[in-house]
Amino acid sequence: MTQHMTRPLLQAQRVYKNYGANEVLKGVDLDVMPGTVVCILGPSGSGKSTFLRCINHLERIRSGRISIDGDLIGYRQDGDKLHELDEKAISRQRAEVGMVFQDFNLFAHYTAAENVMAGPVLVRGEDRTSARARAIELLTRVGLADKVDAYPRQLSGGQQQRVAIARALAMRPKLMLFDEPTSALDPELVGEVLDVMRALAAEGQTMIVVTHEVGFAREVADVVVFMDQGVILEQGPPTAVLNNPSNPRTQSFLSKVLT
Amino acid sequence: MTTEVQDTPRTGELEIRAIPPKHPWRWAAAAVVVLLAAMLVYSMLTNPRYQWDVVFSWLLARTILRGLLLTLALTAVSMLTGILLGVVFAVMRGSPNRLLSGAAGVYIWFFRGTPLLVQLVFWFNLSALYPRIVVGVPFGGPELTALNANALISPMTAAFLGLALNEAAYMAEIVRAGIVSVPAGQLQAASALGFTRMTTMRRIVLPQAMRVIIPPTGNQTISMLKTSSLVSVLAIPELLYSAQIVYARTFQTIPLLIVVSIWYLALTSVLTVAQGKIERRFSAGEET
Repeated sequence: MTQHMTRPLLQAQRVYKNYGANEVLKGVDLDVMPGTVVCILGPSGSGKSTFLRCINHLERIRSGRISIDGDLIGYRQDGDKLHELDEKAISRQRAEVGMVFQDFNLFAHYTAAENVMAGPVLVRGEDRTSARARAIELLTRVGLADKVDAYPRQLSGGQQQRVAIARALAMRPKLMLFDEPTSALDPELVGEVLDVMRALAAEGQTMIVVTHEVGFAREVADVVVFMDQGVILEQGPPTAVLNNPSNPRTQSFLSKVLT
Repeated sequence: MTTEVQDTPRTGELEIRAIPPKHPWRWAAAAVVVLLAAMLVYSMLTNPRYQWDVVFSWLLARTILRGLLLTLALTAVSMLTGILLGVVFAVMRGSPNRLLSGAAGVYIWFFRGTPLLVQLVFWFNLSALYPRIVVGVPFGGPELTALNANALISPMTAAFLGLALNEAAYMAEIVRAGIVSVPAGQLQAASALGFTRMTTMRRIVLPQAMRVIIPPTGNQTISMLKTSSLVSVLAIPELLYSAQIVYARTFQTIPLLIVVSIWYLALTSVLTVAQGKIERRFSAGEET
């Protein structure tokens, strides 16, 4: 490996998060090297989606620090206190991180191309003509060159999710977050979305993927992380975590999903 | 297996035809309706008490047209104020601050829960409740300036306040329904792309909320046009009261009420067509 000398792109240190009395994250530590794919597995309610949403500050944390490229996310540190940044600064940080949701969340009143153009035009102020050219290029890359002017409701789930991936890529993100991107899809549509993600990984895009697709994790991930009850129980190369898990809870989870 | 297509059925061979069902009662009902309509038209043409010559002589009379103009002005100003206030109350209603959302809730409850006619008369008589309207330090502090409520609340002010404040309560609910109709996931997607709350509201929420807001707002406008006739009780010379002034003098009650009805029908028809046009403009992304 050549990456162990470089600095991690994402550093999460002792991240805690709670909803009222319910502790969702209990000290999560994770480093993600540039150009790598990290897959987070774990039972529902383990806090993996919440952790993902803390990375672009869609959720506030209670304590700890999350930084991307050395830039503290969502907060300004002042001694042992974190002060939340203002809206503008948070928006600027979010623009650097792409996110793909379980339910696609395309803008229903925009066509596929307009969805992809939304970030560059409305956030970065790019000119519409060049943004549209780039949107068409990205839609072609995800195999939707013929759906440029279709509205979301005219597209299948798999097609919508591929538009959502193109929309996130349009911002040229340093890091892509995938929150169970295939969980809402009919089984026959899962493959087309995983294909796009596989191609992205091959191009060297840094990605964190919360997923139940163990096969995808085994094949594509550089690091597999197993989370349960708000902590990371185990992390390492897929062969180690998936084939020879050391923690009994990982073993029991894998025995359930692999049968 | 091959089948031959026959141009004409052979004689003696059974021809199978589907016979559409017959609806004798539909025809009977239609005949009754036509009969009744013919009777109505006949009576309208032959009953001299309709006084069609009087109707046509007043239809474009100056006093009627002036009343019509005032009706249009009252509708426009009250609707616009109602929509603006409605947006404010809708946003307050959705605020995480309980006091703000509670206050908006009480406002809506009060203005939707009492008849508009009662509200109008209330505003008209406001000076009986508060003879002086004082600008200054509240709870008995010094006064900066005091105004005579009787002079401030003219019948026109009372009419405008009554219509607009009542409309705001209905519009608040309509706007609120529009805002909550936009799926929360889209707001998250916008945040994740780096949209500010303002951009999200303007580019993502409102354009989609419009589809939900516009049809009932059109209905409210049409309804307001007709409801504004209620302010005739405050002696405001809008369309209805202008006609009432005339027939109080000439006793041509029926012909003048027909004049008024013709104008209301004409205006609501125009508004209905306009409403349809606007609704079609805002339905992008809807068609499949």
